[in-house]
Amino acid sequence: MSDIIKQYPAKPSRVYFYATCLVDLFYPEVGLAGIQLLEREGIEVVFPQGQSCCGQPAYTSGLNGQARTVAASQLGLFPDNWPVVVPSGSCAGMLRQHYPRLFAGTTLAEQAEQLASRTWELTDFLLHVCRIRLQDRGEPIRVAMHTSCSGRREMGIADSGPALLAQLDNVELVQQARPAECCGFGGTFAVRHPAISAAMVEDKARALDTCGADQFVSTDCGCLMNIDGFADKQQLATRGQHIVSFLWQRSTGGAA
Amino acid sequence: MNTAADAVKQFTPRARTALDTPAIRNNFRKAMDGLMDKRLDAFADWDLEALRELGAAVRLRALSRLPELLELLERNLQANGIQVHWAQTGEQACEIVRDICNARNARTVIKGKSMVSEEMELNAFLARSGIEALESDLGEYIIQLAGEAPSHIIMPAIHKNTAEISELMHQATGTERSSDVDYLTASARAQLREKFMQADVGISGVNFAVAETGTLCLVENEGNGRLTTTVPSCHIAVTGIEKVVEHLADVTPLLALLTRSATGQHITTYVNMISGPRKVDEKDGPEAVHLVLVDAGRSAIYQDRELLDTLRCIRCGACMNHCPVYTRIGGHAYGTTYPGPIGKILMPHLLGLDNAGSLATASTLCGACAEVCPVKIPIPQLLQRLRSEAMDGDPQRSATVAGHGSKRRWLEMLLWHGWTVFNSRPWIYRLGTGLMTRCRHLMPSRLGAWTRYRSAPRPAAHSLQQQLRQRQHKEQ
Repeated sequence: MSDIIKQYPAKPSRVYFYATCLVDLFYPEVGLAGIQLLEREGIEVVFPQGQSCCGQPAYTSGLNGQARTVAASQLGLFPDNWPVVVPSGSCAGMLRQHYPRLFAGTTLAEQAEQLASRTWELTDFLLHVCRIRLQDRGEPIRVAMHTSCSGRREMGIADSGPALLAQLDNVELVQQARPAECCGFGGTFAVRHPAISAAMVEDKARALDTCGADQFVSTDCGCLMNIDGFADKQQLATRGQHIVSFLWQRSTGGAA
Repeated sequence: MNTAADAVKQFTPRARTALDTPAIRNNFRKAMDGLMDKRLDAFADWDLEALRELGAAVRLRALSRLPELLELLERNLQANGIQVHWAQTGEQACEIVRDICNARNARTVIKGKSMVSEEMELNAFLARSGIEALESDLGEYIIQLAGEAPSHIIMPAIHKNTAEISELMHQATGTERSSDVDYLTASARAQLREKFMQADVGISGVNFAVAETGTLCLVENEGNGRLTTTVPSCHIAVTGIEKVVEHLADVTPLLALLTRSATGQHITTYVNMISGPRKVDEKDGPEAVHLVLVDAGRSAIYQDRELLDTLRCIRCGACMNHCPVYTRIGGHAYGTTYPGPIGKILMPHLLGLDNAGSLATASTLCGACAEVCPVKIPIPQLLQRLRSEAMDGDPQRSATVAGHGSKRRWLEMLLWHGWTVFNSRPWIYRLGTGLMTRCRHLMPSRLGAWTRYRSAPRPAAHSLQQQLRQRQHKEQ
């Protein structure tokens, strides 16, 4: 939230990459783009085997027991003291803000605290730790940005995306109406309260559709799946892309 | 109690109806957008974060000594000539008010705005005892004419636009139809003014009760609060036990936060500080002043170190003004006295999770509420706790909230069990995701509620982990 204080580390030689389940199964290009962006910065990217889900769906459904079981299977994947970089504000928020709460008072508490302290959202990490300088090799384009609520309020990264886009000479950032308002995804919320969720995603998709942008980018695949899914079904023109894929695509001049 | 429990159970159908009613959607969107802008403007020259820190600290300090401060408050109020009553339940509080009225042969009561009295359902109770209670806050007056409950804790009639109010006043009181807000306000005022003079008792809420000085603080904009507390010969204030603060100086930051967060005002038109009945040499004021301190579930919340934060609330309504769910469904959909985020974390305690448990799930946990809360209540964290309580979802902590475990369903638990196995055994995860990518074209295009409004997502042809394994293979 507003009281996130971050102490950025010096640029490391190695990082762990935690892809998240949505990226693994539905958006693999985001993971590849993220890994390649980090590698281009001269960082060795270690991708631990055994990654699945961070446990957030169960956690936000109140099933702390199930969330703990899944989270415990992920905790041990990052034994060395390297930063853990996540291409999602939401899953990074789970590791950083919620693992310590989830494991408080258990034998894994210290491990959870330790992991939390070195978990970073990818755009934040590229901007503030790698101090990346992007060269734009793409055609002029107008882009809107949707930062996830967890990215904005749990990870404090609302400025990272726009700052990275600003490095791209041919990219114009367009502001949609109510940029800080939730898209209505909220994990199981979208299924438990489908009509309310639909009203929210409708407003978000229409705001993005009518703001004059050629496309939008987001920090989170959950928001993307929600907004794109709605836009597709309702035949709105707007389409989203993960910001990491977009940055890779623009700075290589090729397809993501 | 039963009616309150029944109302909240209708959350989902009520929300649907609200979503399908353009007038509700438009009235709330417009009003909430305006309130958000006003709040930002009002805090423009302030170090808002420092002020919120201070506000939170003041409330936490008061709560940390709540029992002691309540006793100090009682002593100092009594020393000031204010009579103090304790009510464990809303009904007991109603009985206390009724008995005071009966002792004075009071038949008409004029009321200032009080959410606790809504929670107690005081008006209906008094009516059953033959006592007529008239609301004097303009918004409350309007919804009383309409026979409705407040849809917002600060602006009870915010769900109505001017045309609807004009029509209502015309039907109920014969006021000429008009789109002129000032005209409508003036005619309501004229009618109310007369009632003030006739009322036997005035009933108000309390914003802050100062323990150290025995002072009741009441903020308002219409002067109705001052009339309510000074014109009738008897004033009864009702409040939840959590409204106590330690020092008079504690009111300063809370007041600065309250009015700016609520309506974007630097200060309200009236800030009343009530410290006793009329003294012998004074020309006005009530002969008798009473305070009814209402528990109604609050001391149970107080027992839990985490849930205790619920009681920090100063009832500004900023959480609902900024809530994307409240903005779309409005206050009535909740079917509770307190709607919006604060309602979601408070009502389950008052009505039980079996009745109000689904309220806690009606949030994306977006955190907009906690971001603006003037006393920094970690609302998403509390929602999550209540979700866990409703599911009996944490084997490491026994659930304590009334109605805990009532949302646990075996079919859902079975699905979660499968999900847990899938995600905690790497070889099953690998096998499962491999299958899903291979059979991606067989994925159903209908996935329940998700695809009612959205296209179904389709797995990639090759998962990231598959692609990385290939890449590693090539490099070797």
